[in-house]
Amino acid sequence: MIHKYKLNGYNIVLDVNSGAVHVVDDIAYDILEFVNENMDKSLDNSAVDLLGNKYEKNEILNTYAELYELYANGQLYSKDECKKFANMLTNSPIKSMCLNISHDCNLRCEYCFAAKGDFGTGRELMPLKIAKNAIDFLVENSGPRHNLEVDFFGGEPLMNFEVVKATVKYARSLEKKYNKNFRFTITTNGLLLSDDKIDFINQEMSNVVLSLDGRKEINDKLRVTSKGCGTFDIIVPKYQKLVNERRDKDYYVRGTFTRNNLDFANDVIKIADLGFDQISIEPVVLNENLEYAIKKEDLPRIYKEYEKLALEMIKRKKEDKCFNFFHFMIDLEQGPCAIKRLRGCSCGNEYIAVTPSGDIYPCHQFVGQEKWNMGNVTTKSFNNNIKEYFAKTNIYTKEKCKDCWVKFFCSGGCNANSWQYEGDVAKSHNISCELEKKRVECALMIKAATV
Amino acid sequence: MKHIKTLNKADLKGSASKGGCGECQASCQSACKTSCTVANQKCEK
Ligand code: SF4
Ligand code: SF4
Ligand code: SF4
Repeated sequence: MIHKYKLNGYNIVLDVNSGAVHVVDDIAYDILEFVNENMDKSLDNSAVDLLGNKYEKNEILNTYAELYELYANGQLYSKDECKKFANMLTNSPIKSMCLNISHDCNLRCEYCFAAKGDFGTGRELMPLKIAKNAIDFLVENSGPRHNLEVDFFGGEPLMNFEVVKATVKYARSLEKKYNKNFRFTITTNGLLLSDDKIDFINQEMSNVVLSLDGRKEINDKLRVTSKGCGTFDIIVPKYQKLVNERRDKDYYVRGTFTRNNLDFANDVIKIADLGFDQISIEPVVLNENLEYAIKKEDLPRIYKEYEKLALEMIKRKKEDKCFNFFHFMIDLEQGPCAIKRLRGCSCGNEYIAVTPSGDIYPCHQFVGQEKWNMGNVTTKSFNNNIKEYFAKTNIYTKEKCKDCWVKFFCSGGCNANSWQYEGDVAKSHNISCELEKKRVECALMIKAATV
Repeated sequence: MKHIKTLNKADLKGSASKGGCGECQASCQSACKTSCTVANQKCEK
């Protein structure tokens, strides 16, 4: 399978199964119209005749020879050699945990997937005892995995910061004994950031996600406090301080775009102009009937916006003022192994989420959906059937993914979105798929333009 | 090659036979998290 497209003056050909990306000229692009999985050493005469209306015969034959060489080398129309590994996917040790340290939030963002912070189950902070049980559960179920991730999430985790600090201390105290290395991360809306919290985060957290939707008028429209006040002016200086003091440790400024700001490239650019160079702005995923939800008819507009953003990034890269946009980052050389790409997110298998009462769910987006309750870290009950189900779920078990050209970059999308909006983990969420394809097209084009 | 420029030396097949050790960061496609998407995952091997 190949995927070919034209963007920003580049003709790009992705060989899906090998992962090879080619930039080709017009004649090669046109010849590909006449070629399929079974390439012959020479091009069909009728194809040569038809192409002859536009190109010299010799040029056609020479170009075809180049394409054939790629084919012979397994870089064009290569066979799917990964499928056989899909049947071997097993239940793996748990290595990553989302600790919902606070099911409470000091903001009331209109689009919050966590039902304004409490996940629909009532406002609640995680007691230290439960957090410790969760850490013990992770260590006990992590088998030989050395690197363990714990993400402090909410709600707003800074509302329970003493427990965050004590949990980090507790986990660190176990590292030597069990030969583990904890990597902590935290996601915050910034409102409660203070100098000492910034110090702690910069010292202990290997990554931090700072929520901001972009331009002040956009951010302040939906990211509001319980009294309805905007947050931009309060949080931006705190984020700047945190990032300045963070040196080379990872961070992201992340936001959400909705139907309100389909011109979201301007929000990304605004964030870059505020001095941040690691940026993520992602489409809101909501029931289509809701006011802010992205609808099918918005797609062409959003595609244009991704293109605009890609062009701006190329321009800034050339001026040496580049920034990273999370969804355009692709490592074409040293990206993840094919096994990793078969199932993408590790929800319910290598990754679990824990609520303030200690209940376990496959991931943060499944929290509160009783069907997916997997057990509890205190009672140590655990539903292995659900784990097994997610361990076996992969791009070849999902109807649309197996034949999708972007499957090795997307890995089957978000299971939680599929379940919530399509009613089945195996049914991909349409709008998300279309956006993912466009983003990968833009990302590959940026590579083509900046090599 | 005159008509084609190949951007990478991708070898998904080879990566499959050597991969799957599981030491890399968990990924989340939805990006409401600190985790990376699969496309920008760093391999730890
Ligand atoms: S874009 Fe959709 S169909 Fe394609 S791999 Fe991703 S989830 Fe599957
Ligand atoms: S199901 Fe979705 S939200 Fe949950 S870990 Fe996977 S990609 Fe992320
Ligand atoms: S660390 Fe590399 S080889 Fe191991 S599972 Fe992750 S991507 Fe694959």
